Amino acid sequence: MAQDVNSNRQFIIGGFFVLVTIIYVIRLFALQITETKYQISAENNARRHVTEYPARGLIFDRNGELLVYNQAQYDLMIVPKQTKEFDTLELCEILGTNIETLKNNINKARKYSLYKPSIVFKQISALRYAELQEKLYKFQGFFIQTHSTRIYKQDIASHFLGYVGEVNRKKLDEDAYYKAGDYVGISGIEKAYEKILRGKKGLSIFLVDVHNRVKGSYKEGKYDTSEVVGSDIYTTIDVELQKYGEKLMQNKRGSIVAIEPATGEVLALISSPYYAPNLLTGNKRSQNYLALASSEDKPLFNRALMAFYPPGSTLKPIQALIGMQEGVITSESVFPCNGGFSIGTHVVGCHHVGNIGLIHSIAGSCNSYYCGVFTKILHNDIYPTSEDAYQNWRSYLHSFGLGVKLKSDLGHELSGILYPSNYFNKYYGRGRWGPFTIISLSIGQGELGFTPIQIANMVSVIANRGYYIIPHSVRRIGGQAEINEKFKEKHYVNIEQKYFEPVITGMQTVLEFGTAGGLALPNITICGKTGTAQNPHGTDHSIFVAFAPKNEPKIAISVYVENGGYGSTWAAPIATLMIEKYLSDSISKPWLEQKMIQGNLMNN
Amino acid sequence: MAKKRNKNFWLKIDWLSIILYLTLIILGWINIYAAVYKEEYNVIFDTSQRYGKQMIWILLSFLIIAFILIVDSKVFPMFAYIAYTITFFLLIAVLLFGDASHGAKSWFEIGNYKIQPAEFAKFTTALALSSFMSKHNFDLTKTNNIFLIIAILISPALLIMLQPDTGSAIIYVAFVIVLYREGLNGSVLLLLMLVITLFILALKINLSYLFIGLIVLAFITYYFIRRNPKELFIALGILIGVFALLYVANLFVLNIKLPIIIGIALFISLCFFFYYAYKKRLFNILIIALILISSIFYIFSVDYIYNSILQTHHKTRIDVFLGIQDDPHGIGYNVNQSKIAIGSGRLYGKGFLNGTQTKYNFVPEQDTDFIFCTVGEEWGFVGTTSILVIFLILLLRVIYVSERQRSRFSRIYGYTVASILFFHFAVNVGMVLGLMPVIGIPLPFFSYGGSSLWSFTILLFILIKLDTNREEVI
Repeated sequence: MAQDVNSNRQFIIGGFFVLVTIIYVIRLFALQITETKYQISAENNARRHVTEYPARGLIFDRNGELLVYNQAQYDLMIVPKQTKEFDTLELCEILGTNIETLKNNINKARKYSLYKPSIVFKQISALRYAELQEKLYKFQGFFIQTHSTRIYKQDIASHFLGYVGEVNRKKLDEDAYYKAGDYVGISGIEKAYEKILRGKKGLSIFLVDVHNRVKGSYKEGKYDTSEVVGSDIYTTIDVELQKYGEKLMQNKRGSIVAIEPATGEVLALISSPYYAPNLLTGNKRSQNYLALASSEDKPLFNRALMAFYPPGSTLKPIQALIGMQEGVITSESVFPCNGGFSIGTHVVGCHHVGNIGLIHSIAGSCNSYYCGVFTKILHNDIYPTSEDAYQNWRSYLHSFGLGVKLKSDLGHELSGILYPSNYFNKYYGRGRWGPFTIISLSIGQGELGFTPIQIANMVSVIANRGYYIIPHSVRRIGGQAEINEKFKEKHYVNIEQKYFEPVITGMQTVLEFGTAGGLALPNITICGKTGTAQNPHGTDHSIFVAFAPKNEPKIAISVYVENGGYGSTWAAPIATLMIEKYLSDSISKPWLEQKMIQGNLMNN
Repeated sequence: MAKKRNKNFWLKIDWLSIILYLTLIILGWINIYAAVYKEEYNVIFDTSQRYGKQMIWILLSFLIIAFILIVDSKVFPMFAYIAYTITFFLLIAVLLFGDASHGAKSWFEIGNYKIQPAEFAKFTTALALSSFMSKHNFDLTKTNNIFLIIAILISPALLIMLQPDTGSAIIYVAFVIVLYREGLNGSVLLLLMLVITLFILALKINLSYLFIGLIVLAFITYYFIRRNPKELFIALGILIGVFALLYVANLFVLNIKLPIIIGIALFISLCFFFYYAYKKRLFNILIIALILISSIFYIFSVDYIYNSILQTHHKTRIDVFLGIQDDPHGIGYNVNQSKIAIGSGRLYGKGFLNGTQTKYNFVPEQDTDFIFCTVGEEWGFVGTTSILVIFLILLLRVIYVSERQRSRFSRIYGYTVASILFFHFAVNVGMVLGLMPVIGIPLPFFSYGGSSLWSFTILLFILIKLDTNREEVI
């Protein structure tokens, strides 16, 4: 084998093999003999993380009456990776479910994560819980998670309070605080004050043995965090008023919003049809939710914040205020009304005779007067074009909170319909439209749409003689002295205080001898305004806005009754009943109350 | 006559290798059983469980062994190229028709069973390489031959890379050991190691320190070759002078980073050294200077590729492996859990079927690539060391057997067996111990999987068969 000059390389190669093996043996010695941390790590691997759910904060009304509290609830959890073979049938019997559902839920959990816990069975009854607790050792990889479910003490104020539900996938991705199966506020106060109500979850780490039995706390609880109980919330709502309003609104579509003008606190928020908030708690929640969501009456729809209605004649006091501030009328101005306001062949109908002054125009809701006022506002010489005058008029409305979001904490608000001049430019052509083209706006009809809360807020401005505070739902947060600063700030409108008095006097006369004549109360001076929102689909909507008492008002209210006809027919009586209930706690006209409660307009 | 040959045949079989082989596959099966074991379900011969399937693979591999021992040894060199060509086409076919499980097109699915052509390409490539290198007029110094060797090795490796199965492709590096034994210049190996070392250092160490270190090393080497202090000082003076000039200039005008200044200073001063070395015909010095300058370029490009071209997930993989970044829950999860499993075994282990890491399936792939941590957890340091020693004895035995071959083909083939086994052993165990990157390759005879068991069996038993004709030229 002469060619084999490299024969000695076999020893280099062999030596290399030996060297690598020696290095590995040394490494193994280090890992297995000298280093002890891995042994500890292996023990720690058998840890179970248990989340401690804090009690959710309670919710009270403005007088400290309890509205919402919690009740303990048990969920069966699974860590799919830790499960071993188990008796499915037995587990089904304990839980009172069928194999199909159980297997389905386990598969869902596996799909979500093999290592993270997820819920297999929700809201186990206390009786079944006791049995399950006893036999849990047979089901490795399962454990019970305790948390609480919401209970609504009275089945009222569903839209105001909102509801709590299981966190969805989107929220899970956005906010690392939430884990699958957690509960989160989905609407109303439950959503707006979620962070305050939920508190802070705690975490306990337990050591478990091969049979999944708890052996004690991990590192003496060094890494455990204790839960922080959610803070209680004292809302602005008056439970008696809310209950009364819901009673009045039964079998009617519509909305009532009552605000304390000086503070912007929402006293009542009713959207009808409503639902019982307890339907959306407990293990029938998703079933009930589906039924509510698919109901033709749309009980989940919050009309108070989201339904647009033309303001109708309720806008007239604002028109008068703008007219005076702009200097196109004075409190002494008169407009002739001879049964209407004619523009060419078109007539905006009215029913007065002779010259009408400001107070009478409000009392009698004179259309001709406001067609005249609006024409003057838009034909003001200060502005080069009607378009500029319109934009100015529009910004007045904005300052009243009309056509903009109020940024309240009540839920999902919509801004309403109040078009910029461009809309009319596009529709009619620039410079080719003026007061006569859009005359219906003068009496609150046509291209206008505001929500009940916006209109209630507008009344607050009149009641306050020039400003509003954003309507809000919370007076005090447990353990916290102050509420959000933005709910204290006064938003002034650009109208001098002196112009309010004639308008308010006009509104007072509405109930004395005006369109809602006969509804005035003996001890309380109410200032109001009727309105009728034209409804192309059926009977017009009945609207009434009011505040009382005239001096130092305590309540401002807007009432909408869909398909109720004139404002004086349904909305005005309901509004006066609400005011009387709130301010004197006794009803002077029981027959009127009965008529309102019994009225059924669902089929109109 | 026939009877005598027969008797000789049984005597000539290398029984030590066979005993080691049997020991390994039996221990392997026991550990697969432990890794898959469930308390509630422990029927040993159940072909729906992996240990049941592995039992079938083991029994079938005995048939393969019998077949290999029966056929004539001449068959192997004769059919080397044919077998190589067949696997070559199989590797192409698997790319076209293969089953893409686990994100790579590596498998042919036949009924319930899967076959992985890459495993068989190992021994066919080994045969082809041995056949080529044992040619009558083979000379490793001829460029021609070197290119052909590279072609033989790189074709299957590239096809496997396309699957993509980096782990199975990278094992073709192992054949360097065979080439070395057959006379490949040792400096090629050194160069290869330099490239790998510099790659790691470039990512781990501050570039300035690395450059200074390399320059110092170059100057020391230079001094030992020339032993001329005067030259050394002049050279150092030039380098430091240029560097100082650039450094001062940088303070006022330029705005570049320190490593780049060192690089430029070195480049400028090397021009002087090149000129000097060329004039004095000092070719050794030229080579040192060339290696130095190309190392610097190489480091710069590694740095650039890493920072500007590689995507984040590639980077983290490299970072975790090099220990730059600790990530026990992400990419480092497997390795960390496997270290915990092994480390918790201590001296004697927790005992058969008592491993908690194993039971709770904390370590992914525990019956395949991470089988060694089951050994570590349940059999402890005693167990792991014994396995390493058994492997080492087998490897050394294969070298010994190879060296006693009269035929060049048999010897070269023997070394391919040693190289492939060693490479799998070193990379797999190194990975489990956290000393090597996470490259998914099996531990020979141990890991679950029919294709790899058969492939290693064939690989080893062809050598045992060839060894029975060790005194003949085949």
